[in-house]
Amino acid sequence: MTETTISPHLPTGSTNVPVLEVEDLHVEFRTPYGVVNAVNGITYSVNRGETLAILGESGSGKSVNVQAVMGILDSPPAFVTRGSIRFNGNDILSMTPEQQRQIRGPGIAMIFQDALSALNPVFTVGHQIAEMYRAHTGMSRREAKKRAIELMERVRIPAARQRVNDYPHQFSGGMRQRVMIAMALALDPEILIADEPTTALDVTVQAQIMELLRDLQQETGMGLILITHDLGVVNEVAERVIVMYAGKIVESGTVDDVFTSPSHPYTRGLMASIPHAESKGARLNPIVGQPPNLAAIPPGCAFHPRCPHARFDVQAKEGRDCRVDVPILREFGIGRATACHYSEELYGD
Amino acid sequence: MVTDQAQAATAGSGSSTEPVLVIKDLVKHFPLTRGIAFKRTVGHVQAVDGVSLELHPGETIGLVGESGCGKSTIAKLIMGLERPTSGQILFEGRDVTKMSSRELRRYRRQVQIVFQDPYTSLNPRMTVGNIVAEPWDIHSDVVPPKDRPRRVRELLERVGLNPDYANRYPHEFSGGQRQRIGVARALALRPKVIVCDEPVSALDVSVQAQVMNLLEDLQDEFGLSYLFIAHDLSVVRHLSDRVAVMYLGKIVELGTDAEVYDKPAHPYTQALLSAVPVHDPTLRGAKERIVLSGDPPSPADPPSGCRFRTRCWKAQEICATEEPALTDRGQGHPVACHFAESVEIVRAAS
Repeated sequence: MTETTISPHLPTGSTNVPVLEVEDLHVEFRTPYGVVNAVNGITYSVNRGETLAILGESGSGKSVNVQAVMGILDSPPAFVTRGSIRFNGNDILSMTPEQQRQIRGPGIAMIFQDALSALNPVFTVGHQIAEMYRAHTGMSRREAKKRAIELMERVRIPAARQRVNDYPHQFSGGMRQRVMIAMALALDPEILIADEPTTALDVTVQAQIMELLRDLQQETGMGLILITHDLGVVNEVAERVIVMYAGKIVESGTVDDVFTSPSHPYTRGLMASIPHAESKGARLNPIVGQPPNLAAIPPGCAFHPRCPHARFDVQAKEGRDCRVDVPILREFGIGRATACHYSEELYGD
Repeated sequence: MVTDQAQAATAGSGSSTEPVLVIKDLVKHFPLTRGIAFKRTVGHVQAVDGVSLELHPGETIGLVGESGCGKSTIAKLIMGLERPTSGQILFEGRDVTKMSSRELRRYRRQVQIVFQDPYTSLNPRMTVGNIVAEPWDIHSDVVPPKDRPRRVRELLERVGLNPDYANRYPHEFSGGQRQRIGVARALALRPKVIVCDEPVSALDVSVQAQVMNLLEDLQDEFGLSYLFIAHDLSVVRHLSDRVAVMYLGKIVELGTDAEVYDKPAHPYTQALLSAVPVHDPTLRGAKERIVLSGDPPSPADPPSGCRFRTRCWKAQEICATEEPALTDRGQGHPVACHFAESVEIVRAAS
């Protein structure tokens, strides 16, 4: 795979000390049918107190990337083939499993889309939350349970004292997600990764969970990585966003910049796909075709077969043939980057 | 079990044409049983409780609501996959619930369904061509056998698939392509009405828009009526002429898309719209957010009076004792709230 090089761009606001730095990360799955290139060289960082959204459709590599950070990919078939993941400056990938365990959990925690399958059905939620303390700090059962109740109150589960002895199936979808958040927060992580935390929930419940995450972030000052395909959620919750396609970052910047003037045809296409009140009665303008097969990513720019502006052969400028030359994620403006050969020509600055 | 007789007003859309499908006071209660050898009924899940709707030719009605509100049960009742506890479903004036199996077969030719999950709704062991042609095995007079291969090719082409793929199997297609196959199958009998049960919810944003465009094109071409069931409010707004908002088995508000989205009068509709995140950075924070507390109550034990009252910030005594009828209370469209009041939610669904 080709190399993508950028320097980590500094965010506006929050503290400019990256807690988590991912650099040139490559992840591949070696399957009997061939190698699937899920993540192909991505670089980003997250600071304390900031919210970074990773936006992409299914198969864009957005979840695999954070699963690599959390070390929860099954290997085989998954292999991190290149790159580094640094937590407070220390490379996680070169650590011993025991050292990694000290970071994953107390340092970086994660919540998942499907809370029902992420929780163990045969233990009470109180037991599962308390397990975090007992495993990592060796706290006594009684003390851990007390802390579990406090956490459940903190994530606003009503009647926490009674519900601590309930099993996951006795909770609604929104309440289960709160239990997951409680478990993730148990050890006061510096980074919380939320992988599609509200996708399975109804909108009114989604609003509750997003509000809770925002409040908790303000309380604790943790960095939040939000993986989502929902542009509305990105707009309302995140400060910075990176847009992924076929395992690469195609665009990054502040949410305001990216949403008001997207610099990549893919981002533009995503926005045009969403129905608006104004689009009523008119046809939507979706991206044509299907996302690429990650076992056979198109050469050049992976988006070129679906791109309305792709230039090749005689139309292309020297070294910028969309079918041949891989676009490098390059910086422009303040804190923005794009991986389109013709971004300036298409969209100005 | 006392069935809650619906007082829901039938919606007039102002259309002069005869409605093609009429639902009147539709009720579906599922019994809750306990015990294995001696089953006894211990209660009922009131999935649909007095719903009335009229669908006109060429019209799209959007049915929105959160999980458990009964919208998919309505789809099953219309398709005859479930029998209603009470109420009527009239197709061109004839009651579907009283039809003989022969009449039902004729009815199903006119009313077809597209399911949510394009992975489980196609038989993995049949080729795409056979899936699309299968309705003609039952309704053999629609297309003569010798014309079938040609018609299959036409249908596949019409929904945007390569007609040469007729001999492939579903697993060779992506989610969006599979949903197109489901649409082609629904079209095979040239129906008048298609019930779309969350047809784009499982698809990625860019593919979702492709399927929405397809559904609109087909409606223009064949004059189809859609009952479009979805939880995504912006998708429903884009496609629907009228929108019905459901909560716990009842319609709480019904009107044109502009009435419901721009001037919602039921507190639940307002909360629902305000919860939808906006895509435009300039509108961030411009919208007043109503965050509802708690979860919807169980449909097995709904609150007395107004079913939304337990989560409603406007609730008063009357809400617990008297059920609000779905009727126009001066907002220009029917609303089931004692304290209905139109509010503008800043471009909530845009």
